[in-house]
Amino acid sequence: MAAQTNQPMVEARGLGRTFRTRTGAVEAVAGVDFAIQAREVVGFLGPNGAGKTTTQRMLSTLLAPTSGEATVAGCDLRRDPVGVRRRIGYVAQGGSTNPNALCDEELVLQAQLYGLGAEEARRRADEICARLDLGDLGARQIKTLSGGQRRRLDVALGLVHGPGLVFLDEPSTGLDPQSRANLWTHIRGLRDELGTTVFLTTHYLEEADALCDRILIIDHGRIVAEGTPDQLKRRISGDLVIFTVGPEAERARGVLAGRPGVREAVPHDGTVRVTVERGEEGALPLMRALDAAGIPVASMQIARPTLDDVFLTLTGHSLRDQPAAEGRRPS
Amino acid sequence: MSAWREARLVFRQQLRLSWRQPVWAVLALIQPLLYLALFGPLLRPLTHTPGFPPGSSWSVFVPGLLIQLAMFGTMFVGFGLIAEMRYGVVERMRVTPASRMALLMGRVMRDAVVLVGQAVLLIAIATVFGLRAPLLGLAAVLVIVLLLGISLSSFSYAAGLKLRSEDALAQLLNSLAVPLLLLSGILLPMSLAPRWLYLLSRLNPFSHVVDGARAAVRGDFGSGSIAVGFIVALALAVAGVAVGTRTFHRESN
Ligand SMILES: Nc1ncnc2c1ncn2[C@@H]1O[C@H](COP(=O)(O)OP(=O)(O)OP(=O)(O)O)[C@@H](O)[C@H]1O
Ligand SMILES: [Mg+2]
Repeated sequence: MAAQTNQPMVEARGLGRTFRTRTGAVEAVAGVDFAIQAREVVGFLGPNGAGKTTTQRMLSTLLAPTSGEATVAGCDLRRDPVGVRRRIGYVAQGGSTNPNALCDEELVLQAQLYGLGAEEARRRADEICARLDLGDLGARQIKTLSGGQRRRLDVALGLVHGPGLVFLDEPSTGLDPQSRANLWTHIRGLRDELGTTVFLTTHYLEEADALCDRILIIDHGRIVAEGTPDQLKRRISGDLVIFTVGPEAERARGVLAGRPGVREAVPHDGTVRVTVERGEEGALPLMRALDAAGIPVASMQIARPTLDDVFLTLTGHSLRDQPAAEGRRPS
Repeated sequence: MSAWREARLVFRQQLRLSWRQPVWAVLALIQPLLYLALFGPLLRPLTHTPGFPPGSSWSVFVPGLLIQLAMFGTMFVGFGLIAEMRYGVVERMRVTPASRMALLMGRVMRDAVVLVGQAVLLIAIATVFGLRAPLLGLAAVLVIVLLLGISLSSFSYAAGLKLRSEDALAQLLNSLAVPLLLLSGILLPMSLAPRWLYLLSRLNPFSHVVDGARAAVRGDFGSGSIAVGFIVALALAVAGVAVGTRTFHRESN
């Protein structure tokens, strides 16, 4: 049974995985609950080791969960793994090709393993190659491809059979800006033209921002936030209002800190950076307060926080930092 | 019947990959050929020793070599699977709906085909050295070799999948290979052995397979050895495929 219209494409209920290692148990995913609707492009963000790959491997039947359950593309993950496999595509984080094989061979074989006939498989392989700019590489041995070309082949292998739901684990790692833009176009096309549901992990915040309808943020095996890119930015960090006040920065901080609506005021390099709920409404009263205190304001700027700021606020570390790094932002 | 189709797809891809590097299949023949040329002649004076099986020294030695080829030619295929796992190829196939047994059997079939090809070549060369054997006997030996190859390549894949490390697999195989070889009577027939060693060798299934192969090459179709050898080889093949499929079924960590 394919997914019904109103049923989520992916529904995880307390889905968790604990690895046993020599040094003890590692709780990679600590019982997550979330749902992905049909035709959604959902981004999965989190620092290294947060549990993104483990979650995707469980949902794609590669790894048995140690707790919880999930429904994927209308099939129960534990009871009907073959049904799940039939309906999904999966692109692994770490590559998926034999260096001695030819591109064509791998693509056609993969499509045939999904049950397509030889001719149809051939046709789909050519089509996906054209879409992902692999057109003239078909007869090449994979070990002769560049890293980015190989990554595009990985993506092509996960999509060649035209699945209704795809899991992409860092699909754009190692791609140049043009290939990445091309991949984005392709992913949007999958959703808009074919109604494909996409669940992708990424470390590129601009990618999540530009491509995803919704974002899930995971840290230490727990979902710490979810929402549209805008919602997340607004809800978690508020806006940043930056006043350029020269040598008066420290005094400006004293004036602004503690005023209603101000979460935080930090002097920084001739400016004072104030975090407020909504910048458009919050800025003017602050400006007047500075005026009243006799502090001349040379310029004022309202900045929406980036997802990177969201991240910092939520997890205490930046997405680009090492997982254990201290948060840079005073809290 | 889709499993059979999937196995054939994997088989064809694996065969293409092997074909692209034929040097390995040929190199695997060098060792048995060296045994044939440098060890075989040592057996000739032994043919009159009490306990030495009937027949020419070649008809005693070549069947042993064929079984050795079957064992050592396929025992190490698990290394290739570990490489494929590292490339992510195994995971890419496991995420498709293809039957797990097909993913295993496609590879096993490739190994079996390569092995039978090598065995035919080895028999041809042994004929030049002086081996004389009935065609039916040679066909029976090839069937036994095929079954053994299926068994050992399946076991090797299961071990590779389970251990996921070349070092661990090498240790396992080395610790198994030497006792299995010494207790199989491949190099010298166990009928020469003292009683305790002979009895010990009976515990090794490969010794029965070797006896069966010798009886076949000798053309001794009346004795039960061929049937015993065949049944043991068949049982090993069934066990190997069962264990291999089970291991492919279970997620491996
Ligand atoms: N096979 C395994 N055995 C033991 N621990 C594991 C295993 N696989 C993953 N882990 C641990 O589980 C945690 C989550 O790993 P996972 O690969 O899901 O992270 P991730 O979010 O994908 O990170 P990255 O951004 O680096 O890809 C990590 O602490 C990792 O070390
Ligand atoms: Mg990962």
